[in-house]
Amino acid sequence: MPRELLKGNVATAEAAIRAGLEAYFGYPITPQTELLEWFSERMPQLGRTFLQAESELAAINMVYGAACTGARVMTSSSSPGVSLMMEGLSYIAGTEVPVVLVDVMRGGPGLGNIAASQGDYAQIVHGGGHGDYFPIVLAPASVQESIDLTILAFDLAEKYRSIVIVLTDGSIGQMMEPAELPPMRSIERKRPDWAITGARNRDRRILSSIYLNPEEEEITNYRLLQRWNEIESNEIRFKEYYLDDAELAVIGFGTAGRVSLSAVRTARAEGIKVGLLRPISLRPFPYKQIKALADRVRSILVVEMNSGQMLDDVLQAVGGKTPVDFYGRMGGVVPFPDEVLAEIQRLAFEPIHINGHPRRAWMKRHMIR
Amino acid sequence: MVVNQPVEIVYHRPESFTEVHTHYCPGCTHGIAHRLVAEVIDEMGLIENTIGVASVGCSVFAYNYFDCDFVEAAHGRAPAMATGIKRVLQDRVVFTYQGDGDLASIGMAEIVHAAARGENITVIFINNANYGMTGGQMAPTTLPGQKTTSSPSGRDVEQMGFPIRTAELLATLDGSGYVVRRSLHDPKNIRMAKKALRTAFETQVRGLGFSMVELLSTCPTNWGLNPHEALKWLEEKMIPVFPIADFKVSPALTQGIE
Repeated sequence: MPRELLKGNVATAEAAIRAGLEAYFGYPITPQTELLEWFSERMPQLGRTFLQAESELAAINMVYGAACTGARVMTSSSSPGVSLMMEGLSYIAGTEVPVVLVDVMRGGPGLGNIAASQGDYAQIVHGGGHGDYFPIVLAPASVQESIDLTILAFDLAEKYRSIVIVLTDGSIGQMMEPAELPPMRSIERKRPDWAITGARNRDRRILSSIYLNPEEEEITNYRLLQRWNEIESNEIRFKEYYLDDAELAVIGFGTAGRVSLSAVRTARAEGIKVGLLRPISLRPFPYKQIKALADRVRSILVVEMNSGQMLDDVLQAVGGKTPVDFYGRMGGVVPFPDEVLAEIQRLAFEPIHINGHPRRAWMKRHMIR
Repeated sequence: MVVNQPVEIVYHRPESFTEVHTHYCPGCTHGIAHRLVAEVIDEMGLIENTIGVASVGCSVFAYNYFDCDFVEAAHGRAPAMATGIKRVLQDRVVFTYQGDGDLASIGMAEIVHAAARGENITVIFINNANYGMTGGQMAPTTLPGQKTTSSPSGRDVEQMGFPIRTAELLATLDGSGYVVRRSLHDPKNIRMAKKALRTAFETQVRGLGFSMVELLSTCPTNWGLNPHEALKWLEEKMIPVFPIADFKVSPALTQGIE
């Protein structure tokens, strides 16, 4: 297929359609509304299901119902709307049905604003709805990656009967850049053997997240965990840039990773031996790879568009072996490459003092400026 | 004494019922409502084509009793879940079975919009004027002055507002094809309820939009009455507030009857 100039949200929606999406249920919220609008036009054209729900709460429960039929189904939203979906996500996890959710993150907490942010990391990666479960979380850094990861999201969701969240932000959702869409995949496929379709010529099926007997619930928890172990073994994804001979490593995901890459390139041109590790699967998180990286480099800089939510995961991976520093912008502010470059230069030329938590050190530096 | 005479079976467990004991309290009318739904599914020959959506409340285990495919929704979200199923499997019959806390309180947005969209699903709505499963708290259908565990001095409408007449409310929406209220307190009303349930399922099969039967039901355990007193209380106290009537009947349905 040719490369086209595509908007992130539209490209993501069209990628889902080409991956064989059968039903979409959603609710308008900036900066993800183009997804909803694109589906509203395209899905009926193709004879597929589109429905604008009365709320995100209803949308995720419609998705839940449709997923129980074994249909390929998704929803999309942005931070405040995703908060409303947490109830349904927990039920979906407990019922073990595959669902894809795209979260186009915006500034928060609360109503916040409509600018690009990474403030949902903790909620999506570590939190979510109530109870014991882990979703797969994929973080694109470009329009092309939004397409590729959305398609992958459906395959992983169905392979593991899992929730897969594409965690993107208002910047990637709204930007236009050249990207290539895949050919249309056939929507025809066999309904899985757990699907609720009406008990014709077979025993009836029940799909539920209720296990009143704690021992039975625990068996389900074990099953989810076993599946998660498999996911952790198979599905860790990340990208490395200039890390072969690096003495400093920057770690950032999504837009923060992309901005950091510009800074790393400039620093390289200045002769600083710095590289970038960009986690793509935020859950499962590349702990091992970061641990190995920590053994090789002098220090690590974590860059995020939040208060250092992934930072805690990096610190856990590094285990105190290598100094870790942090640079963040919050509230919907996207850092300029120069800001990250200044941090790289500081790490390259100034002696590293690690006193206390990197977040505290960053706040101190930031406030002095 | 008569021996070896052929016997005619006049009463049996509906085919659409599983052979298990229900968990409902003695005297509760959930059992009657379940049976009526199962009889209608039997008579219409729908069991292999039907998908049920259980809700949260006393009817949370409805999926154990109907012998068809079932899902279990989050509290109040059964109409949304049913929408998701019906939109993908349009030729299946999809019904929800919800109580008053589930449908008229936490799930009010979902039920109103399902009706407004003319969602082609059937809703069985059990109105027993309180939250049964959690032990008899005030529901949106609790009568003025009615004592519950969360309105111990009786529902004070100045403080706690008024009961919601759900069937009347949903009947105002253009998407509603068939919305009626029936009661389960005596044989005559039970027969009327069954007829209404049949019409509700027919509304769906014929694609005439949203259908709901509100069933006035008893909750002897939480009302603190014996089963007989509970039936009387329903008749004397509930029906004046929740009249038994047809609130919306699609013209196509009455034409069909002729």
